[in-house]
Amino acid sequence: MGVSVAYSHVVGVWRSFFPTVSLEQIINLHKRFKQLSGNEDTISRENLDSIPALATNPIRKQIIEAFFDKRNQRQDEVGSFHEIGFEQFLMVMSHFRPPTLKTTEEEREVMRREKLRFLFNMHDTDSDGTITLDEYRKVVEELLSKSGAIGLEAAKAIADAAMLEVASTNVPHMEPDEFYEGITFEHFEQILKGLEMESRMHIRFLDVNTTTMHCGK
Amino acid sequence: INTWRSQFSQLTFIGEIPPKPTGSVTVLPPIKPNDGPQAFPDAEKENLPVFTMDYPRIQIPFEITLWVLLASFAKIGFHVYHKITVWVPESCLLISIGLIVGAIMHSVHEEPPAVLTSNVFFLYMLPPIVLDSGYFMPIRPFFENVGTVLWFAVVGTLWNSIGIGMSLFAICQIEAFGVQDINLQENLLFATIISAVDPVAVLSVFEDVSVNEQLYIVVFGECLFNDAVTVVLYNMFNFVAEMPVVEPVDVFLGVARFFVVGLGGMGFGVLFGFAAAFTTRFTANVREIEPLFIFMYSYLAYLVAELFAISSIMAIVTCALTMKYYVEENVSQRSCTTIRHVIKMLGSISETLIFFFLGVVTITTEHEWNWGYILFTLLFAFVWRGLGVLVLTQIINPFRTIPFNLKDQFGLGYGGLRGAISFALAFTLPDNIGRRQLFITATIAIIIFTVFIQGISIRPLIEFINVRRTNRNLGTINVEVHCRLMEHTIAGIEDLCGQWSHYYWKDKFLKFNNRVLRKILIRDNRAESSIVALYKKLELQNAMEILDTVSGDISAAPSIVSLYEEKKSSAKPKKKFMAADLRNMHDLLSKNMYKIRQRTVAYTRKHALPNESQTKEILMRRHASIRRSLRPGSFQSSVVPKSHKYFSLPAGKSLDSKFPPGRLSHAGKLSKPSLKGCTLYSNQLPHMPYGGLFC
Repeated sequence: MGVSVAYSHVVGVWRSFFPTVSLEQIINLHKRFKQLSGNEDTISRENLDSIPALATNPIRKQIIEAFFDKRNQRQDEVGSFHEIGFEQFLMVMSHFRPPTLKTTEEEREVMRREKLRFLFNMHDTDSDGTITLDEYRKVVEELLSKSGAIGLEAAKAIADAAMLEVASTNVPHMEPDEFYEGITFEHFEQILKGLEMESRMHIRFLDVNTTTMHCGK
Repeated sequence: INTWRSQFSQLTFIGEIPPKPTGSVTVLPPIKPNDGPQAFPDAEKENLPVFTMDYPRIQIPFEITLWVLLASFAKIGFHVYHKITVWVPESCLLISIGLIVGAIMHSVHEEPPAVLTSNVFFLYMLPPIVLDSGYFMPIRPFFENVGTVLWFAVVGTLWNSIGIGMSLFAICQIEAFGVQDINLQENLLFATIISAVDPVAVLSVFEDVSVNEQLYIVVFGECLFNDAVTVVLYNMFNFVAEMPVVEPVDVFLGVARFFVVGLGGMGFGVLFGFAAAFTTRFTANVREIEPLFIFMYSYLAYLVAELFAISSIMAIVTCALTMKYYVEENVSQRSCTTIRHVIKMLGSISETLIFFFLGVVTITTEHEWNWGYILFTLLFAFVWRGLGVLVLTQIINPFRTIPFNLKDQFGLGYGGLRGAISFALAFTLPDNIGRRQLFITATIAIIIFTVFIQGISIRPLIEFINVRRTNRNLGTINVEVHCRLMEHTIAGIEDLCGQWSHYYWKDKFLKFNNRVLRKILIRDNRAESSIVALYKKLELQNAMEILDTVSGDISAAPSIVSLYEEKKSSAKPKKKFMAADLRNMHDLLSKNMYKIRQRTVAYTRKHALPNESQTKEILMRRHASIRRSLRPGSFQSSVVPKSHKYFSLPAGKSLDSKFPPGRLSHAGKLSKPSLKGCTLYSNQLPHMPYGGLFC
């Protein structure tokens, strides 16, 4: 069929990385991609901004930005795109694939690390490899912004305390004049060491709900 | 006198009164001497008795109290030798003690109290246990796994009941065992009784070993909900067993009734839960009786459900689940602690009593033993549970986000111990069932077998096969922040892809909750994010820890540490202080705690006074040093000297000179404080290591 020929190269790329996804899921995602892009081949930030369901999400900016972030493309580049194509879209989505019964321990480790990396990139907006206090603060403020009457002070306080936690866990013996620059990726991994990510950071690639596709725009 | 006593014995619902030589003497009214002709001229004048005893009057409460005390002493006894409870689950120990007491009672030919009559068990002993389970159910993992839990509870129980029932019926046809008179309905009834799982022992093992959260919650939830299913099935089969012929209409009605019962129970529970939450909104001025509302409403939910013969267990569980969240925000800290503690206590007593009586009754009932039937019962129970778990897991695994591997399935299957519910249901079998004694014997046999053999062996097995474990709830701020971050990310990506999953529903429910429910049910409603709530809680906990490390006992201060975490207090050094010092210390600490709290609150206020940053920094530094000093490795007596070094500075010196290393500054904002205004309290209390810092 014409459809499968068009998708075959995409499927090839996908399959080489993530053999657990079925063609149907990719087709569904492609449909959604086309819908978001207005039948173009690329999506821009404005397309994603205009999704009404995302409007109430407190961290929508970070999420949207994550799609355009080059660091999430697993190619060691830095910076961000203006527009992304379907392959880049899939690449970002691949961060959220769930483990199956067949995934081995090393693969789980790799997946976990990817997810942590994704979260780290969400914080680290200037791509310098560390999360500074300001960047952390920003994320916490966004997180709390929709929760009602919590002031900026609270967010700052929480961010401060969180940084303190990271510092005290990772660098327990600091000299009086030392600065704690920012959270590096290793420290980040360390502080979230016990947190179980598999159950929280994945989506099931189910059928796209066609009714919401139409009224979602 | 004797007639009086025998009348009393008929009134007791708790059992026979053994003829006890009590020597009770009743007071006769004194005979007044008349002037007229006396009917009994030789009547004696009774003196006022100085010492009387009246046993029958207090008999019922007295015996109840004694039994409860005896069971509780047994519990104390186990923990004297610490190692026992690690390897042998408490239920085993209780049953053993019960067996011993039963043997004693049997040898003196006394009857145990008939505690397991239907009403006493189902109205008084079961609700606390179920309330305990329901109230302390971890909500988030439960809702994430609710499908699996219900699947195993409902379908699993049905599978077990019908499977075991049919197999036993097949066995009954074999002449050699001599049980041909048991028909299919009775077999099904019996099978229902023994398919009620009660993994109390297993859950404590799971908790100790920290098995992964999904396995834990599925076992926990299955236990709870299959009680409900079993009771419903039991009543249904009971009804059916009395009918000579079963028609398809009856089966259909049975299924319909099942849904009515289940959903009705949930509905009632939610109703009463909201009522309780709403009531606590107005209890600000009657703090002493706040906990009462919780108990009354839950019990009311249970009783009303019993009234309509719908599932009371579901009702009370959903009531507890619904009201917990709102009530804990409305009531005071002390009421919250009281509620939790009392629920735990009542649940614990009930459970203890039940297992204890299991042991006692084992010896004292008349048994009817039938090797074939009982052995096959054991075999089938085991086999069908194992098969059930395997098959059901295969079906549900594709729908699960984290599928169960074989080790999890083993844990799930092997953890299917029988317990309290089976026991009680067996005793409430109606008398018209011919082989009632056989059923009771078989139930007891299977309970004892599973509790002892499986209960003791599950711990080494679980550790041996290395079931997937989970790191316990890390209540750090970073973890909480990132959990929320992940949830929002996933919800956002799902919206982006136009898909729905349970995060979507969770999001929607949370919004509804914030907008509507909280406004109605919570007293002063500030939509509080869980991050801020956790943060405040951690601050308070820090404050507690600061205080706790120096003083052995601050019983007046409210405790927010949950009951499970109190174990670690054994590591703290106990100091002896004189009475006057203690009073001073109490004073000092309560005032200082007030200051800390003020600081915490000030932390989150909007405006910032010029010296607020100073106190902030002090608090933050205190965190750092406290956290360091409270790390597990440093929990020896060196803890006290560290805080000693930190806090008790001679008056006048600045803080920096003795400040522990590791001053943390973040990107430029925080600076060195100067504590000119601070006075130090080290002179009045020479013994105290804790100097106190007042600014």
